[in-house]
Amino acid sequence: MIDIQGLNKSFGNQRVLKDLTLQIPAGRATGLVGPNGSGKTTLIKNMLGLVKPDDGTIEIDGVQLNGYEEYRKKIGYMPQMARYPENMRVQEMINFIKKIRGVESANEQHFIETFDLQPELNKPLRELSGGTRQKVGATLALMFDSELLILDEPTAGLDPKASYRFKQLILDEKKRGKTILLTTHIMSEVEVMADYIIFIVEGEIRYHGSTEDLIKMKKEQRLEGAVAKMMEEVAA
Amino acid sequence: MKSLTILGYQWKDLLRGKWIIGYSLIFLLLTDAMVRFGGGGPKAMLSIANIMLLFIPLVSMIYGVLFLYQSREFIELLLSQPLKRKTLYWGLYGGLALPLAVAYLVGVGLPMSYFGLLFTADAAGILLVLGLGTILTLVFVGIGFLFGLHFYDNRVKGLGFTLLVWLLLAVLYDGIILMVVSLFGDYPLEKVILGLSMVNPIDLSRIVVLLEYQISALMGYTGAVFNRFFGSSLGVIVAAGCLMLWVSLPAWRGMKLFNKKDF
Repeated sequence: MIDIQGLNKSFGNQRVLKDLTLQIPAGRATGLVGPNGSGKTTLIKNMLGLVKPDDGTIEIDGVQLNGYEEYRKKIGYMPQMARYPENMRVQEMINFIKKIRGVESANEQHFIETFDLQPELNKPLRELSGGTRQKVGATLALMFDSELLILDEPTAGLDPKASYRFKQLILDEKKRGKTILLTTHIMSEVEVMADYIIFIVEGEIRYHGSTEDLIKMKKEQRLEGAVAKMMEEVAA
Repeated sequence: MKSLTILGYQWKDLLRGKWIIGYSLIFLLLTDAMVRFGGGGPKAMLSIANIMLLFIPLVSMIYGVLFLYQSREFIELLLSQPLKRKTLYWGLYGGLALPLAVAYLVGVGLPMSYFGLLFTADAAGILLVLGLGTILTLVFVGIGFLFGLHFYDNRVKGLGFTLLVWLLLAVLYDGIILMVVSLFGDYPLEKVILGLSMVNPIDLSRIVVLLEYQISALMGYTGAVFNRFFGSSLGVIVAAGCLMLWVSLPAWRGMKLFNKKDF
């Protein structure tokens, strides 16, 4: 479980996260949604230790983050933008991350096959299309069988086939008891993959609960409509 | 150990980029031409040293800054792994500074060895110029990293400052010294000038070269003061000590910045 208490973060004069307190349950998938610039990526980066909070605490499985890096062994992170050293080959990149983590991958081959990466393994990363690089990013995030998966707009840039397979993979991972946190702008994805939703606007939580409850509360058929309604209320 | 892994991969990446081979080739062609047409004496060495004093700081600093700007996403990905920030920083710094230094060493050293100059009486001077180039590479990649981290979100400013610093240290510096001397010529300036030369690693390196070759006429004002103040051998030691400080301070400061930075 991820437990966040009173998290504050400003960049210069801009307060990006305002006193966030929330729990992300273990073994479930949670969708983090909100308009552009609402603080989703900053929140994720706080959890990863890329950004240091001004104030507040984050605990992952009862361990408080305090600059110590070991906890990241539990995390598989897929960034929004997959840009890697241009001349490195795909297989080298995979080996490199394995060396950095100091462990072998449990199921590297499985993901390479799922994403059709076999023919790309010996190509330099600069020759790959954005979508293929995204697939490499997904493989790097998933191949260590990490307990916690943090996915920042994972399907943006993936073709329909890869996107479909990716969602299936995430559902499989969820069934296997992984904790998943994903951001996306595509509400149907949250509907398919996530049990919980955190709606965040200008660094504040506006809704945090199950997706079904939100749909019922807003008297909508679909999550998209419910979230759109919420966004309109915020704007008003 | 993980620093070495990062260093190794970066080394490979740089070599494949071919850019660094071009950098090495420039030094190779220049050195070859200098020795072939100017003989292997001190004259050729001084010309090479002069080019190196201008060229290495510029290339190292710009490459240091640009590397950080180009690798943002890669750095973020690595920081999200179970990896200490310090380890990553030294891996990246070493992975950039060492290949650049090696490219310089190969570029100048290769012609020196195939002309057989490394085994003559000039060897000490040649080794000195090789060593100083290596030190300048380490210093200025460190400064480049420092600027890159300081202006992480403002590339134009980062590059602008880099060029400004290079211009100040490598080009305008002599003019500034001359101006100080001509404006305040009536005052005892020796210590001020000594201080001014210590804040410029390029000038320090030049002084070391000139002290080694004992060319007082070419020493310039700071070199002459250095020579008078410390004498040849003590002068070299003091200058070398200052250069060592220059190698460690920017790189260390960069590490501190990297440690507390939000990415």
